[in-house]
Amino acid sequence: MSTKPLKQIHLAAHFPGVNNTTVWGDPAAGSHIDFDSFTHFARTAERAKFDFLFLAEGLRLREQGGRIYDLDVVGRPDTFTVLAALAAVTERLGLTGTINSTFNEPYEVARQFASLDHLSEGRAAWNVVTSWDAFTGENFRRGGFLPREERYSRAREFLSTANELFDSWNGSEIAADATTGTFLRDARAGAFAHQGQHFDIEGHFNVPRSPQGRPVIFQAGDSDEGREFAASGADAIFGRHATLDEGRAFYSDVKRRLAAYGRTPDQLKILPAATFVLGDTDAEAHENAHEIRRLQVSGQTAIKYLEHVWNRDLSAYDPDGPLPDVDPEVGENTIALGRASVRQFRDPLATAREWRELAEAKNLSIRELVIATTARQTFIGTAATVAESIDSLVQQDAADGFILVPHLTPGGLDVFADTVVPLLQERGVFRAEYEGTTLRDHLGISVPGVDREVAAS
Amino acid sequence: MSASPSPSDAPSPSAPTTSSAPLHLAVALDGAGRHPAAWREPGARPEAVFTARYWVDAVAEAEAGLLDFVTLDDGLALQSSSTDGPDGRTDLVRGRLDAVLTAARIAPLTRHIGLIPSVTTTHTEPFHISKAVATLDHVSRGRAGVHVQVSGLPHEERHFGRRSAPLSGAELYEEAADHVEVIRRLWDSWEDDAEIRDVATGRFIDRDKLHYIDFEGRHFSVRGPSITPRPPQGRPVVSAVGASGDGEASYRLVALSADIGYVSARDAGEAASAVAAIRRAREAAGLGEEPLHLFGELTVFLDEDGPAATARKERLDALAGHPYEGDSEVFTGTPAQLADLLVERRSAGLSGFRLRPGVIAHDLPAITRGLVPELQRRGLFRTAYEADTLRGLLGLDPHPANRYATPPSAGTAA
Repeated sequence: MSTKPLKQIHLAAHFPGVNNTTVWGDPAAGSHIDFDSFTHFARTAERAKFDFLFLAEGLRLREQGGRIYDLDVVGRPDTFTVLAALAAVTERLGLTGTINSTFNEPYEVARQFASLDHLSEGRAAWNVVTSWDAFTGENFRRGGFLPREERYSRAREFLSTANELFDSWNGSEIAADATTGTFLRDARAGAFAHQGQHFDIEGHFNVPRSPQGRPVIFQAGDSDEGREFAASGADAIFGRHATLDEGRAFYSDVKRRLAAYGRTPDQLKILPAATFVLGDTDAEAHENAHEIRRLQVSGQTAIKYLEHVWNRDLSAYDPDGPLPDVDPEVGENTIALGRASVRQFRDPLATAREWRELAEAKNLSIRELVIATTARQTFIGTAATVAESIDSLVQQDAADGFILVPHLTPGGLDVFADTVVPLLQERGVFRAEYEGTTLRDHLGISVPGVDREVAAS
Repeated sequence: MSASPSPSDAPSPSAPTTSSAPLHLAVALDGAGRHPAAWREPGARPEAVFTARYWVDAVAEAEAGLLDFVTLDDGLALQSSSTDGPDGRTDLVRGRLDAVLTAARIAPLTRHIGLIPSVTTTHTEPFHISKAVATLDHVSRGRAGVHVQVSGLPHEERHFGRRSAPLSGAELYEEAADHVEVIRRLWDSWEDDAEIRDVATGRFIDRDKLHYIDFEGRHFSVRGPSITPRPPQGRPVVSAVGASGDGEASYRLVALSADIGYVSARDAGEAASAVAAIRRAREAAGLGEEPLHLFGELTVFLDEDGPAATARKERLDALAGHPYEGDSEVFTGTPAQLADLLVERRSAGLSGFRLRPGVIAHDLPAITRGLVPELQRRGLFRTAYEADTLRGLLGLDPHPANRYATPPSAGTAA
């Protein structure tokens, strides 16, 4: 086997959010709203020379059984506003926000990202997500909502429309020459016209071309449509396959799809979400991991999680007892609303059958079953073990890097920054200093439309 | 000479100052300043208006002058001197960054000054605006507000393509009032102590302290609750312009929906009649006892001697090719003359002023280093920030009660 040059790893930090992986009951857990928490988290990521910070979003509080879900962290700030504020307390860290293409309009979102890119001097990134549910739509004047099959078609057109707006200024229009009185070199700056299935808009975009030209585009989604959407226009994928075999399969599948769009494999970075638990010894780390899992999945949480699949009230069941003997309610999930995880269970009857078999074979209670089947812990061990695992997965093309999701807010990244990152740097697979200033620099992806910009200047 | 009245030209014998209460002062920031040729002045840094540094510097200057707040102008179309669409001019500042994001970028680098970005209610989602302003309040620790404005411009409508035709003037304001109602209900949709982190029961929140707002209006409905917990001020400050040019609808929006109204008037008489119209609308709605700040609006050109200010404006007018008039009073003169004018104008029923620097690079420091010390000498302006929040600076209830919360004495909620 010939030796390949070492791949450089990309690392990002996901601010712990509103799901049961965030252990809010730990005495070290702080506010998930106070700006100090965001500042601490972002500065840790920047101190560790991470590529970017990642914020998730949800536009309706989750409900279960007709009531607002209260067992996990509830509430989050506005994505754009926090990222703009974080641009003031960091200098190089990329700032990635999830923004839904269903409950927004291209002109406004393009304007916000172009502004964020100016205000951060080229560090903005957009994780484009889609939605179709009327539940979330009830918070919006345009209501709810989209036929499910149209969501990627709208997302694709939303993104291409936003790109037309980003490109409507080529970067050479601003003269700001006080002597001659020429502010704009070209009165056509910002002119656009888009006519399509979902959007029919025209006019003048009013934010000049930003430092990155366009924000970096992320896409999350594992379905065939999701993979194709990412291959067609994303710069990076926020994936969920962080093990060797699944990761390699996903990686090769997605990279293979790029050619159809005239793109090369290095134009799309694959960055799965990953968790980590560290310890002074591997054994201690595994003990810590076990303890964290117990904190993440209480008996109540386990029952609620099972309800996502069963789609019925299971509150009468004992979490320390066996799985329900009744079958899931098939059809639209009316029990758990606003839950991304619900969508993972396309065939609840099959899932229930599989889980029952697993529980019987291993003699697992409901809680033990949920612990065993959910939110796998990706990296567990000493700093050396974790560094080795990360490096190995990247070098074997299971990923280009990882988006790390700590279980604690806001200090959950500190020990990783202090112990694992230096080891990756020693291995020569992770930067010791930022080489560029923009997120595109960090990710090694070029600015789209740069030819036009050069030609025009 | 300038057409602007100066105190000596326009004494106001009939309206003596009835109060020596301190004035509130704000500045409106947009581009290089209010004058169309402002960007050509020395020090204007027109190449920097799309950088964070530019805005951070301007707001730091305003904060050094102890001003109550800054407003950040914005719009969803390219600036134009025409209502038909872009005017194609290349000799004026064109392009703007999003005001809410700009305010957020400034927030961590300032400590006391209020930050009021503009939003256009016509084209935005109240759910998004509510959480954005709540978050601005969180990141600024209680210094956020929002300035609401409507847009009936057909070419701006075509940036969204949402409606077949723009709403009429009255409908635009009615929709704006609904928008404000929704954003405020969403701010209240979390009670202050909803987050309980009760390890014993495993509950992060007390779900009974989160509330559906169930707003149903003519143009939209919103269910709630917000995804963002109640902001530090409870209700960030809402401001709007009351302008005679926009008719009674704009007065109604100020009277019924705002904490601060900017009274756009060309002289004391116009200001007094606008104030009276707003107060009448407020009383008619049964809100007469509720505090409402009315601020006079003036564009200012300030210099250490009056003729210099006039000459400077004339030089700018010559560059622009026409005299600057604006939609509200224009002042040229010295800081002391401006102080005289403000004292006189406030007798119309104004509690403060929003000043529009003709040239930010020149007139903003003239406000903070000239006008402010002058007002301080007269005992009419603070000498130190006396509160940590914008509501506090404005003398408003620092943390209004939540409309959905059950008073402690009233037992459990229905």
